[in-house]
Amino acid sequence: MNLLSPKKIQLPNGKTVVEKRSSTPLIIIVLLICTITSINITGFELEVIFKRINQFFVILADMIPPNFEYMPNLWQPLLDTIKMSLIGSVFGAIFALPVAFLAASNIIRTRFIASTMKFLLSLLRTLPTLVVALIATFIFGLGTMAGTVAIFLFTVSYVGKLLYEQIENANMDAYEAMQSMGLSTVYAFRYAILPQVLPNYLSTTLFCFEGNVRYASILGYVGAGGIGLLLQESLGWRNYVNVGMILLMLVVTVFIIETISEYYRKKLM
Amino acid sequence: MNAIEQQLQYEKGNRASLILTFIIIIFLLVWSASAINLDNMTTNGVDMAKNILLGILSPDWSLLTNFRGGVPYLLIETVAIAFLGTMIGAILAIPLAFLSASNIVPKPVAFIVRLLLICVRTVPAIVYGLMFIRVTGQGPFTGVLTIAFVSVGMLTKLYVDVIEELDRSVLESMTSIGCNGFEKIRYGIIPQLSALFLSIVIYRFDMNLRDASVLGLVGAGGIGAPLIFAMNSYKWSQVGSILIGLILLILIVEFASNKIRSKIVNG
Repeated sequence: MNLLSPKKIQLPNGKTVVEKRSSTPLIIIVLLICTITSINITGFELEVIFKRINQFFVILADMIPPNFEYMPNLWQPLLDTIKMSLIGSVFGAIFALPVAFLAASNIIRTRFIASTMKFLLSLLRTLPTLVVALIATFIFGLGTMAGTVAIFLFTVSYVGKLLYEQIENANMDAYEAMQSMGLSTVYAFRYAILPQVLPNYLSTTLFCFEGNVRYASILGYVGAGGIGLLLQESLGWRNYVNVGMILLMLVVTVFIIETISEYYRKKLM
Repeated sequence: MNAIEQQLQYEKGNRASLILTFIIIIFLLVWSASAINLDNMTTNGVDMAKNILLGILSPDWSLLTNFRGGVPYLLIETVAIAFLGTMIGAILAIPLAFLSASNIVPKPVAFIVRLLLICVRTVPAIVYGLMFIRVTGQGPFTGVLTIAFVSVGMLTKLYVDVIEELDRSVLESMTSIGCNGFEKIRYGIIPQLSALFLSIVIYRFDMNLRDASVLGLVGAGGIGAPLIFAMNSYKWSQVGSILIGLILLILIVEFASNKIRSKIVNG
């Protein structure tokens, strides 16, 4: 292929040098083909957007001004949402520690265990949280428990993955020295590796908690408790003033939590 | 007092705040313990779990391998939604990112655009999905618009971090040798940003694929709708085949995206 073969340049002194061709044109062609295929599959039409985009703002306009009288009904579900994400994140993060320990190939020398744990973690990460919540509602019934389980599982998979990567990149000198003095694997890990990864671990957990508050707010949509339940109800009845109020509360809550967590994450770094 | 003792003293001063943080966390945990209640757990919850597991272990093979209307087609549709949505979002996010980078535009402008983007990001994707259904009706088209809208919010945030790390000295030296504005953008800015932007976009595609697979819940196309129908009618073997397809797809895409991203960033 001419497109990919390097370009030869003859220098004045008779030598030839080769210049690598840029692969940008090839990438652009592939992207274009993918885009056109996707447009065909999804029935994307620019015309429709321009014609009917005003409908989008109709709903938005209906939400403003939000119905402030609806606020007293919202505190309990909002607190439920925060509780769900808090307890799910904390327990998930705690549970992620032994999982990451077992998945780190520089601590657990048995390759079979480490790679099985890694595979389980990535399997867990593939399932969208909403689907997990949906399955959980079938097992634990409607309510906050299902949402907590979904958030717990997501946190384990997310924090677990980042944590085992950090453990694998940690400096092993102190760990090896401690083992040579006769400390067991767990003790050497506790005193040599854990102090190295702890700040990052806490910061990852906080970041995950931030994201979980967002996720938790929609989990109610499938019946897993929290403010999402009211969101679905109001959307179903086309009561957009109430939807506006719910979204306003959510934005403010997420903003506050994000600010607090960002402050602590900066301190940890 | 030597350096080691000083360090020890410093550590001790930290203890009070550590204990306080610990107490606060315990308090918050106790407060939120009410989220765990098994009152609503149906008596057949364990049975249900067993059925789901059995369904996943014995999937509906005809659905899994049927290319017309089966799982493969639904997966392709989901990928198409995520791909197109990511492309649109990636392009729309570029101007917005420059508008919210505090080293490019005046501080007040950057602050206002950022505030707007925080609002855009916080609203759950499902709400956008329901709003866009009014625009384009049910189907994958709605999914594309929703994914595009959501990714604009997220991508802008990640782009901004890259833009704010821009190396200005290159631009200064280009000014000193007489390059005009266009040349500065073409040879000074684009090469610095393109690789990282591309890596961010691929990462976002990975995320969008997950989002696209649940958007079907509100009728925005993709594999979500068949999944929830199968669940609500307790057809666990169909649920199993859909979940297997979804897991395989996401695993493959994640693997590929990790490979491509590390190649882009590390050269």
